[in-house]
Amino acid sequence: MRGMADLPLAMLAELTHRCPLACPYCSNPLELSAKEAELSTEDWVRIFGQAADLGVLQLHLSGGEPASRRDLLDLVIAAREAGLYTNLITSGIGLTPKRLEALDEAGLDHIQLSVQGVTARMADHIGGYKGGFDRKMHVADHIARIGFPLTLNAVMHRQNLEDLPATLEMAVRLGARRIEVACVQFQGWALRNRSALQPTRDQVDQAKEVIRDAISTYRGQLVIDFVPPDYYSDFPKACMGGWGSTGLNVTPDGTVLPCHAAETIPGLVFENAKDKPLAEVWHDSPSFNAFRGTDWMPELCRTCDRRDVDFGGCRCQAMAILGDATATDPVCRKSPGRPLLDGLLAEETLPEVAPDLVYRRI
Amino acid sequence: MTPASIPALPRGVRTHFDRVRGLPVLLGPERVLMLDQIGRAVLAELDGVSNVRAISERLADKYEAPVAEIEGDVLEYLQDLAEKRLVDARDG
Repeated sequence: MRGMADLPLAMLAELTHRCPLACPYCSNPLELSAKEAELSTEDWVRIFGQAADLGVLQLHLSGGEPASRRDLLDLVIAAREAGLYTNLITSGIGLTPKRLEALDEAGLDHIQLSVQGVTARMADHIGGYKGGFDRKMHVADHIARIGFPLTLNAVMHRQNLEDLPATLEMAVRLGARRIEVACVQFQGWALRNRSALQPTRDQVDQAKEVIRDAISTYRGQLVIDFVPPDYYSDFPKACMGGWGSTGLNVTPDGTVLPCHAAETIPGLVFENAKDKPLAEVWHDSPSFNAFRGTDWMPELCRTCDRRDVDFGGCRCQAMAILGDATATDPVCRKSPGRPLLDGLLAEETLPEVAPDLVYRRI
Repeated sequence: MTPASIPALPRGVRTHFDRVRGLPVLLGPERVLMLDQIGRAVLAELDGVSNVRAISERLADKYEAPVAEIEGDVLEYLQDLAEKRLVDARDG
């Protein structure tokens, strides 16, 4: 059925997998696409127009590092011409003052700046890029000078969760209106580094307390969105607000995905935006229809009163942990897979010293 | 937010007509709010000069309703948006 409520509100455009950073929790797939495979400027401009026609209101320009695309300015101009609210998700590396000023001129609506840590030592260790933190702080100064609305995206995990209060202070200091405290979700490269990144229960309890206090302390000044470490939750996250319901993702080579990790599910065939209009992919693609509605659900989810709250959780997580994309997300306390997840948690947070990081490299 | 506050949409927050769904919306960082008639009427009055009192008086006039009642609704609506950082207010 084609209802109004079933149109996407947001599109994530992964412009490139190239990135100067090598974060061990990168959400990009383990198999990265090369520069030669990337869509052209014209391809993206056409896709932005199709997205707006389909009902997309918000465009997130992401990567990799989107500033690695030389045509970033042209893409922002095209996105605004298509009527899209345009958000740049960036590490800041590669954004010179001159480029930022041109993006300002082009009407870029908002910048989301990632932070890997509150000190150069931690940030450069996590990003795998020496000098990255100092450069980022320099970029943040120019973002503030120009007056771009700013969200900090702080990715938190076992190695930096103690720095949460300092991270919130940093957001205020940099003039951010909003911070996403995003505890690592275990997909992509993060899954490979799970043991090094999984916080302990004590860390999680402390973090929740810090967030509770901070929400009232910073009310009206800083909006705080907290993405909890979901292995510690009792119920699964409402991943993507339900598969194929509110958002879509286009990869550097034009593959259209219901979520960034969807390619980890075997058997799904994905279309390419070079070959098919987005509307056709959205409505008719078997991959988008695979987990829409409730027919695909196991009995446990279909008869659950949280069915329309979390939609059975994350399909890619069910795949990654249980090897079955149609299973209940093992985070759910009612899932027969929960003991397996608890076992992983106990085992992987046990060692005193976390294992070395495996960095993301092309 | 008080009757003397001067509210305005900050940079990066704007009203937009969603031509596909045929609805007015407010767009901000990671936010899409569908606007009902009241929301649209209030936000249309934000000019960066008028305070909440003046805005409420204009709306009271327009909709032929008591100012006190309108002002309560306007304050509540704008306070909620301010907490989401979708509206900024300076002291008048």
